[in-house]
Amino acid sequence: MSAPDDLTRLTAADLAARLAAGEVSSTEATRAHLDRIGAVDGPVHAFLHVSADEALATARAVDQARAQGEPLHPLAGVPIAVKDVVVTRGLPTTAGSRILEGWVPPYDATLVRKIKAARLPILGKTNMDEFAMGSSTEHSGYGNTHNPWDLDRIPGGSGGGSAAAVAAYEAPLAIGTDTGGSIRQPAAVTGTVGVKPTYGSVSRYGLIALASSLDQAGPVTRTVLDAALLHGLIAGHDPHDSTSLTDPVPDFAAAARLGATGDLTGVRVGVVTELRGEGYQPGVLARFEESLDLLRQAGAQIVEVSCPHFEYALAAYYLILPAEASSNLAKFDGMRYGVRVEPDEGPATAERVMAATRGRGFGDEVKRRIILGTYALSAGYYDAYYGSAQKVRTLIQRDFAAAFTQTDVLVSPTAPTTAFKLGEKLDDPLAMYLNDVATIPVNLAGVPGMSLPSGLSDDGLPAGFQVIAPAREDARLYRVGAALERLLETRWGGPLLKDAPELEVAK
Amino acid sequence: MSEPAVAYDEAVERYDPVIGIEVHVELGTRTKMFDGAEQYFGADPNTQITPVSLGLPGALPAVNGTAVEYAIRIGLALNCAIAESCRFARKNYFYPDVPKNFQTSQYDEPIAHDGWVDVELEDGTVFRVDIERAHMEEDAGKNTHVGGATGRIHGAVYSLVDYNRAGVPLVEIVTRPITGAGERAPEVARAYVQTLRDMFRALGVSEARMERGNVRADVNVSLRPTPQSPLGTRTETKNVNSFRSVERAVRFEISRQAAVLDEGRAVVQETRHWHEDTLSTTSGRVKSDAEDYRYFPEPDLVPIVPDPAWVEQIRATLPELPAARRRRLATEWGYSDPEMRDVVNAGAVELIESTVAAGAAPAAARKWWMGELARTAKEQGVELSELPVTPQQIGALQALVDGGTLTDKLARQVLEGVLAGEGTPEEVVAARGLAVVSDEGALLAAIDEALAAQPDVVAKIQGGNLGPVGAIIGAVMKATRGQADAARVRELVLERVRS
Amino acid sequence: MSTPWRDEVARVAGLARIDLTPTELDRLSGELEVIVHSVARVSEIATPDVPATSHPLPLSNVFRADEPEAPLDRDEVLAQAPAAQDGKFLVPQILGEDA
Repeated sequence: MSAPDDLTRLTAADLAARLAAGEVSSTEATRAHLDRIGAVDGPVHAFLHVSADEALATARAVDQARAQGEPLHPLAGVPIAVKDVVVTRGLPTTAGSRILEGWVPPYDATLVRKIKAARLPILGKTNMDEFAMGSSTEHSGYGNTHNPWDLDRIPGGSGGGSAAAVAAYEAPLAIGTDTGGSIRQPAAVTGTVGVKPTYGSVSRYGLIALASSLDQAGPVTRTVLDAALLHGLIAGHDPHDSTSLTDPVPDFAAAARLGATGDLTGVRVGVVTELRGEGYQPGVLARFEESLDLLRQAGAQIVEVSCPHFEYALAAYYLILPAEASSNLAKFDGMRYGVRVEPDEGPATAERVMAATRGRGFGDEVKRRIILGTYALSAGYYDAYYGSAQKVRTLIQRDFAAAFTQTDVLVSPTAPTTAFKLGEKLDDPLAMYLNDVATIPVNLAGVPGMSLPSGLSDDGLPAGFQVIAPAREDARLYRVGAALERLLETRWGGPLLKDAPELEVAK
Repeated sequence: MSEPAVAYDEAVERYDPVIGIEVHVELGTRTKMFDGAEQYFGADPNTQITPVSLGLPGALPAVNGTAVEYAIRIGLALNCAIAESCRFARKNYFYPDVPKNFQTSQYDEPIAHDGWVDVELEDGTVFRVDIERAHMEEDAGKNTHVGGATGRIHGAVYSLVDYNRAGVPLVEIVTRPITGAGERAPEVARAYVQTLRDMFRALGVSEARMERGNVRADVNVSLRPTPQSPLGTRTETKNVNSFRSVERAVRFEISRQAAVLDEGRAVVQETRHWHEDTLSTTSGRVKSDAEDYRYFPEPDLVPIVPDPAWVEQIRATLPELPAARRRRLATEWGYSDPEMRDVVNAGAVELIESTVAAGAAPAAARKWWMGELARTAKEQGVELSELPVTPQQIGALQALVDGGTLTDKLARQVLEGVLAGEGTPEEVVAARGLAVVSDEGALLAAIDEALAAQPDVVAKIQGGNLGPVGAIIGAVMKATRGQADAARVRELVLERVRS
Repeated sequence: MSTPWRDEVARVAGLARIDLTPTELDRLSGELEVIVHSVARVSEIATPDVPATSHPLPLSNVFRADEPEAPLDRDEVLAQAPAAQDGKFLVPQILGEDA
């Protein structure tokens, strides 16, 4: 007997297996998730838009195709949520901003085309910090998302919606994007799994751009294997994206299954000195150390490595990102799409309407970063700011390259703290930026990184373990991550999420 | 709008003009610079756009390889060095016809740089213009201003934007300051733009029709007291839509700036607009620090590193450029410089080339096209190429002369017939019976008749006075309706008389 | 109250075409001053011998063929425009000269 709850507790891999075996239909599974959304998303507010009709239509089509024996993608019929920074034709897309309120894109992002071609029902669009700028989703123009572990706390950001949706069993799979940690940090504070792929390995065509040289889309899931499966679906070369790699897509699921045997003999694991010092919560560090012990027991060699230029990573990031973003966000001016705001007084010229639209349509954090970025690029300041930051980037890449001569993967706690309370860091932008201190170097170098749960900190809230691999070696993340996951879940007697409080279900 | 108080001749006497020209050419590729939207003339508004050329959120540029090849062709034709490696850059500014509110262009890494081109003025003087750079960029959309008194921007109530043109590939060519042209600066400017236009067509990279905006020129003008003085403040004049406008705009600016300087005022560094109706420039946007473009390398595109072998391949496929071709033909044809210049200015080069290919000697071809046909064209107020006669027909006509069937005089009559639409030269000859009388018997008969009619002429001729021969020839020509070869008639007359 | 920072932020906001209220201007000026000083440290290690990296993974010569792709549906696009007329986007009056 399958009660709706049961279906939502399944991993994507398990659900896919049941769909393939004909034990359950995609329509049932999709309906179950839509019901769950209806039941809990009031308080959680992970979703900005729920596309029930479209999702059920896809589910029905999949069921029919399966009944007729058509070959289907392994994930066909498994519902998925998509971060609202990804363009979806026919579904409203806001990037968490009021300036795009009501905009319905006339085209699909490449990764959405892949998802649609594989026939995963799209449940809806998830909440996020406005234009992906933030670490708590509090900068969304459409209200906060609440951490399912504690509804008074942040779910992380900028992709708090996708992580919360997955943590609250509203979806087994979700798409996120990561520019400085926006997939990994929410994963850490919600007890879920998130991966930022190698830069260029997943198409950015259709991702509303924040920082072009840092953005990557990736999987948001509850297990490492699920992330591997989703990653395999969305990765691959795209001629529409000139920064897209032509490499064939490795078999990430195979790497995850290999890791799940729990044997890491010969794997060299580097602990980055600069990524676990001051500012890291003791409980977070303790869970990290315990995870290292498990890796050691699994046969891995743990060494300490120093990446001395990482201390400049945050500064470089908060120059490169705002500079690129200030240019990427210039297109939002009320002329072609989105809202148009006229100035309160004076002539409504194009110039003044643009300024009024952007003044009213953008939130504080976005304005902050656009002004900072415009400043960093302006005449006379380029060399000192943007130019210098790009040099720091070279030094950070060199640090990684040096570290990887001695190691196969690098590890660190994903974020310094567990989920803080909503409102706690809103008045201190710099304090907010520090959430990403461990994740940012990864984006600057373009290497891949994963966060998976390391356990509960002393405050009973999830902490994350970050695994980093060299560029193009994403498979290593899955092997090491799956191994650790297996060892930890054995210790816990099941996934960490089983200890999350049950959310109140609306009638 | 201020009328210059200084006459042009005076202005160039007191000041040394320095000019600079920026030419934008739209490349004739099938699709746009950064996306697969097609570009062709006359499409309905906003039907040639993809998410990329509309600048939709999430869109990313992808470089058109053919456009890059065309840009390299232009660079090579301009004797430029092709960059070993170059990148695109973002030029950030807000304007409704720029959908991303930045233009993807090239900043400090142009695809081609440091070249030159020789420009021929009408009197044959050759002037070398140094090229600073040629770079790739994308075009903006088109605004139509609605409302307001004249439909121009000031006073317009709103604007309508068509993004069909947004993203069309452009190459921008920038000269170094052009010095030493003196009073001929306006001519040089015009000749430069014309040379470039001809070059683009010869290279096959653009239809290069100025009237369609395929080629646009902005002219920079500044004055300085002497050629040794530092460069003066320059103005940039836009909206110069024809070769004639280029020359006139430069001329006007020189006069205007001279007047300003004469009054002890300073020339304002600004963008000006050329007006063909009033033959003047007016003040536009003041160029100030407000235009901080915040250039940075385009993060969505990767560097272009042209393979040297590929560049050489392109170089090998460059066609002979118009100037080089003209020099070669002049040598082959044996024309003097002034003769060739006249031919070029009359637009007769291709016509003569075809006529020579049809068998006529170059001198003969020139004689026809620059003589009788040029006269006729002028009378009718048309171009040579518009006359209803083909080079092949001229070739045939000359062949009839060469073969003795026609004299020059007869040939001219045949030509008249052809121009009048009576048919080919052969047909006109047959229809009008214009062939030279080659039957010597008939000629002798006519000669004898003429001599018999003027008996005292024979004695005079025999006595050494050859004057009256002309009269006999005249009589014979009349008798044969002009279809005798006058030279042969003369020979026969003398033979007859002396026998 | 005009300070060099506040003036600078106002200038930059103009460049970025963002209307700021006086309150926002004050707050942003304070925040930005702090942020800029903390990120300025990048110039300490950005010595001339270090090359800049603008792309994380080095690629070059990525071209596409000069082949057409399907254009957007104009109706679908204009339906999303704040204002449209005669198949074009309707925008407020533009001052300044035509580019």
